[in-house]
Parts: sequence; C-alpha cells; structure tokens
Amino acid sequence: MNRIISPKNSQKIMKTIFWGSGILTILILIFIIGYILVNGLPVINFNFIFGEPIDNGASGGIFPFIVSTFYVTFVALIVATPLGVGGAIYLAEYAGENKLVKAIRFGSEILASIPSIVFGLFGFAFFVVYLSFGFSVLSGGLTLALMAMPTILRTAEVSIESVPKSYSEGSMALGASKWQTIYQVILPAAIPGIITGIILGMARAIEETAAILYTVGAALQVPVSIFDPARPLPLHLYTLATEGISMPNAYGTAAVLVVIILIITIVTNALVDRYTKKMMGR
Amino acid sequence: MTEKKEDKFIQWVLFATGISSILIIILIIAFIFSEGLPAIFSIGLFNFIFGMIWNPDIGLYGVFPMIIGTLLTTFLALLMAIPLSLCCSIFLAEIAPPNMRKLLKPTIQGLAGIPSVIYGFFGLVIIVPFIRIHFGGSGFSVISASLILTIMILPTIISISEDALRSIPFEYSEASLALGATQWQTIKNVIVPAAVPGIITAIILGMGRAIGETMAVIMVTGNVVQIPGSIFEPVRTLTSNIALEMGYATGLHYSALFSTGIILLTVIVILLLLANYVNYKTKVSIGGGYL
Amino acid sequence: MPYRIEVENLNVYFGESHILKDINIKINTNMVTSLIGPSGCGKSTFIRTLNRMNDTIPTFKKDGTVLLDGKDIYDPNVDVVDLRKKVGMVFQKPNPFPKSIFDNVAYGLRIHGLNDNDVIANKVEESLKAAALWDEVEDKLEMSAMGLSGGQQQRLCIARTIAVEPEVILMDEPCSALDPISTTKIEDLIHKLKHDYTIIIVTHNMQQATRVSKYTAFFLHGEIVESGLTDKLFMEPKDKRTEDYITGRFG
Repeated sequence: MNRIISPKNSQKIMKTIFWGSGILTILILIFIIGYILVNGLPVINFNFIFGEPIDNGASGGIFPFIVSTFYVTFVALIVATPLGVGGAIYLAEYAGENKLVKAIRFGSEILASIPSIVFGLFGFAFFVVYLSFGFSVLSGGLTLALMAMPTILRTAEVSIESVPKSYSEGSMALGASKWQTIYQVILPAAIPGIITGIILGMARAIEETAAILYTVGAALQVPVSIFDPARPLPLHLYTLATEGISMPNAYGTAAVLVVIILIITIVTNALVDRYTKKMMGR
Repeated sequence: MTEKKEDKFIQWVLFATGISSILIIILIIAFIFSEGLPAIFSIGLFNFIFGMIWNPDIGLYGVFPMIIGTLLTTFLALLMAIPLSLCCSIFLAEIAPPNMRKLLKPTIQGLAGIPSVIYGFFGLVIIVPFIRIHFGGSGFSVISASLILTIMILPTIISISEDALRSIPFEYSEASLALGATQWQTIKNVIVPAAVPGIITAIILGMGRAIGETMAVIMVTGNVVQIPGSIFEPVRTLTSNIALEMGYATGLHYSALFSTGIILLTVIVILLLLANYVNYKTKVSIGGGYL
Repeated sequence: MPYRIEVENLNVYFGESHILKDINIKINTNMVTSLIGPSGCGKSTFIRTLNRMNDTIPTFKKDGTVLLDGKDIYDPNVDVVDLRKKVGMVFQKPNPFPKSIFDNVAYGLRIHGLNDNDVIANKVEESLKAAALWDEVEDKLEMSAMGLSGGQQQRLCIARTIAVEPEVILMDEPCSALDPISTTKIEDLIHKLKHDYTIIIVTHNMQQATRVSKYTAFFLHGEIVESGLTDKLFMEPKDKRTEDYITGRFG
C-alpha cells in the first residue's frame, strides 16, 4: 500500500477545496453587487430617479428609462402570463404523455435557450418590420413576452403538478367538472408557485438587453402609447457605458437596475418561503 | 353555455396556449431562415462558415473568425467554470452545513439574476483594466470575456449538477461509508460517477448559455474580427457580430446577420438534443442491464 | 477476549427524542446475535451506533460507552474510517453501487489502497464464493449489479462487505425486502459466515431469529427488555413483555 497522500489527508485537502469554492462563489457575488452599489448609490437622488435626461443622459435623470422598463415588462407579462399559465395547465392537467406533449416541452426548452440576440433578430424582422409595429414598446414587449413565457410555463407547471392528487379527486367525487376542479381547487393551491413563475418571467424581461436592442428603439422621452419608442434601463446602461457618455450615471443606472433585481429576488424568496411553510403547516 | 360545452371550450383554449410554444418556435425558425437563407445561398455555405474575411463594404462575409471567437471564449470559460462549479455543487449537495447552504443558495440565485449588461459593465470597469495593467494590450480580450462568462455560467452548472448529485440515493453513500470509505472517497468513487449524466447535462447547458451570451461579451472583447494570436487579444463573437451591425445593415449584409442567427440556432438545438439524449441514456441504464 | 462488543449505559438521542435508553449488552465473538422487537423500538438505531453510521445524522447525540475488542469506538482518537473497516454493514434494502458486479466487490479493496489487479480479482472471487453468489455471476462479472435480482443484490452486498475482511458484520433486516427462497439462501449464508465473523442481525421475523442466532436481545421502546440465549428467551422468557411479544399478544 504505497500512496502519496493518505485517504485521510486527501479527505482534509478536498474538504478545504470544497469550502473554498463555496466561499469564493459568495465573494464573487458580494464583490460584483457591492462594487456596483458602492459606486452607484451616491449618484442616486430624487433628481436622478425622477428627472429627465440631459445631453443623451450625460447628466440629468433616468425617469423615462425607468418608465420604459416597467412599461415594456408590463406588455411582456400581459402576453406571456396567459400563454404560460394556460400552457402549464394544459400540460399538467389535460395532456397525457404523448408525442405532442414531448414536442411542447422541447419547444419551450428551445425557447428558453435561444440566444437573446436571436430573439432580437426575430423581433426586428417580425414585429418591427413585418407587422410594422416599428421601434416601439409593443415590439419590445412582445419580443420579451416570448422570452418570459417558457419561464412562467415551467414554474407554473411544476407548482400545478405538486398539488396533491387527493384534492382534485375530492372535488371530482363531488361531481365537479374538470374545469371547475382546476379553477376552484387546483389553481388556488398552486397560485403562489404561479406567481413565483410570473415574477421570474418579469425578472427575465427587466434584465434583458440584446433582445430589445433593435426592437424598442432608443427614445429619451417617457413613452405614452404602446407604439412609442422607449429605452429600458439595461439599454440605457449599455449606451452610457459603451459610448462613454457618463460613467457616474452609468454606475447610477446600474445600481438602480441591481436594486430592482434584488427586490424582485427577495420578494420571490419570501413568497416561496411562505408557500413552503404553509404547505408544511397542513 | 352548458357546463359540458364550457368545459370543452376551455379545454380548447388551454390546448391553444399549450401549443403556442411550438407555434412560436416555428415562427422564429421560419423568419430567421427566410431572412438568412438568401445570404447563405448567395455566399455559399462553405464560404460563409469558413471564410476568413468579414468586410461588408467589399461584400465579403466569412464568419470563421467569429466562430473561433465564440468557441475560444466559451471553452476558456468552461475550463474555469467546470472545476469551480463542480466543487461548489459537491459542497452544496454533500458537505455544506445547513447555515452555509442557506447562504449559498440565494447567492447562486443572485448570480443567475444579475442582468447580463451589468456583468458586461462590471467586466468593462474591473476586468478589462485589470487585464490591461497586468498583461498588457487594450484589456479588451478573449480572457476578459471568458472570465465574465465563467461567472455567468456558474449558476447554471452549479444548480443542475447539485440536483444531479442530490438525486443519487443516500443508500449508495451509506454503503460506501459502511465499507470504511472516507467522505471524499465516497464522493469521488460513488456519488460523482453516478451523477455524471446530470453533470454533463449541466455543462452542456452552461455551454449553451456562454455561446448565446451577447451583451456581456460585446462590452469586453473589443470586437475585432480576427483569429486572436493569444487570449489577451481582442475577438468578436457570433452574437456580438449581430448586435453590432444590425443597426445599419441592409441587403446581403442584413441577410448575412440572419445567417449568423441560423448558425446560433442550429448550435443551440444540437446542444439541447445532446443534453436530452444524455438524460435519456441515464434513465435507460439505471433501469438495469449493462453499464 | 470473550466478548467482541461491550455496550455500557448507552443512551442515544436524535435532537430532542430519546431513542435508546440505558442499553447494556455484551456480544460474543464469532456467534450470531439477533435483535428483535417491534418497529421503532430502536434496534436499527442501535446497530448503526456500533459502526457509527449515526454520525451521518446531524442531530445525533449519545452518552455511554461502546467497546470493540475492549476499546471505546467513540474515543476522539478513533478514526471512524478504520472502525467501519472492522465493522461491516449490510442494509435493509440491497444497495449495490450502479457499477459492475466486479467493481462492487472490488470497491472496498480499492479504497483501502489495494491496487494489484490480480490480488483484487482473487479477493473478489473469494468473497463472491463466500457469499454463495459466485456460481450465479461467474460469467457476467462485468454486468451492472442493478441487473441482478433482489436476493442476488443482497448477497452481492454481503460479498462486498466481507471483501474488506471485517471482524463484525451488522445486518439490518437483510431479508425484509426478499422473497422466501432468497431469504433461505441468506440464512444459509449466515450459518456459514458465523465461524469467521461476529454477526449481529436485526430482524422482524422471530422464526428467523430462532433459526440463525445463538443469542437474542428483545428491544422495546428503546430499551433492552431481555437478552440471552435464543432458545431460553423463546422457550422460557423471564419478562412478561417478552412473552407477550413472542406469543403474538403484543399491542
């Protein structure tokens, strides 16, 4: 038995490496978020959040871009939510295991993995040019809807499937129809998971840049109609940083974006937490 | 409407939403192909893929340097991300005490949630200057992009590998420990080998994410169309090429950008099929028979 | 050394719950000892204390001493890895690794530093023969162990355990997931193995206890109610509760 390192020592060494990798991962996140916030938060004040941009964003505020972000995301969710949730109900409750279901699953997998710039290409060719929606909130929102949809579908499907079979059996035994059972029993039990899915889809829409690069335009004004061009925060940050317009404002925009994403993450986790606790309490 | 009719109607609506993802995929593929195929026909598939020069001004559309750019940044990122994320997923699944898990889980979620433009921005203000100061050149380079991509694909690989490791029955570890194996011997010889298909799937999906990433890469690679002489030189990736030139492209140039989209789509679909195949193979071999 | 294992005043807790209460028992060398009792009485927890498998459960706490060959196995200087090499274990559900039959048996040898392939091959054959499995798998050693029947898998797990040459083999209801024919094979195997190994077997099945073991201990609610020679315990139980249990009047 000639070994260079004894099993006991290699156990110790590997354990140290595993701990190190875990801690390193945490440090990476802290460093990125910390760096953005430390440099960005001092820029943020009332005028920055609620003011109009001056000189293409070199000074002034980012109000139109915040509005754009939420406007485009809202349009995306209005379209993606019914498609995603409906698809999830269909997959979980109506479809069995057949070729069509496999195709739907694979379809939504592809949809979830297509590079965002390809969505951008499609959005440009289809919404902007073919349907003549132009560079607008509508074109951008619809493009983002396609990206948010698979996220919503998958999360909602899992949560609908996790509703115990006994619930629906109980309802069916009382003579309720399939849809009554789904609507009255299954969906209420699955709603926290469905909402989590919608929030995750929302996060995906808020943070996306490449897909809206050539679909929403680059307006500096607050968009009013859905046919108005807009400029969501990620796009503004990209412009500020790469065209060297204003580094402080780039940091500020980045910090606002990070704060929005952090809030969404915390809310989602709180929801999931409450949901799990509620399920345990039963 | 009677109840029965209502039920039928709703089922029909749900079916329509269900197949919408297939319809959307078909629509996307149809549009990308119909816009992109003309360029491939006019340039020739071989000249397009293996052409060394991309110069729309003189009508040369070769994406080979960009393919190399994408592959280089992706593989270098995988090289760094695989060890770190495997260690991290093993840590999460086997070693971390509950408190540490509670800290690490949201961390990974956080890393997955950071917008790619923030990663790009971070790369631009931290990594690019770091490379410039310590390794020379402009700092806009293959390595800068790979470092950023490494961080970006960590959450994908970690969370899927962790699931794979967790799905290995505890009986296996129990059996190994009862034979006097150390925890590391158990992990190395029993748990990880059994989880290999899941880990491969994780790596494939991480690779897909790296290939498809646009914004973060565009902000740190320098976007020069060339086959780089070293990892400290600038490159341009397939995705960046589309993002950079869509704004002003017309005619054949416009179509050639969609052709680039066709390449990306094809690669992603192949990777997904591969990932599904690996998973399918596992289910078959777990069922019994020869390993 | 007359006794291989001596347990004194052992108490085991999982978090707040007190699982084993004041256990005192001595286990004879190279004999079979059965642990019987209703589900949840602590038998399994007890044998998992003997090879420190309970260490894998975060809330596990214990006091009292467990001596193996006169030495405390919970002494801080004792390496749990060495201990488990000496005290092997066969689990309730057959749990072969998803590897080939050969690699399953070779696993323990390799992790303990053996890397001469001829020696390993010999040991594997020896162990499979000792576990009465060799004739059935001789020509398919490279087949996945997952393809074996439940009974074969369990004998493979026994072969895997004896390959590392333990002194003690713990068996946690090794037949509960098996059909009667496989059960008979395992019991025959236990008879064969008892000459070389100290065997402690947890069983639900009282007939099995009478068939395979010289000594028996009856567990109830985390305590040992009665222990001694199997024949004696079943023919003339001293405690009323033992009598109730073995005559099926329990609960």
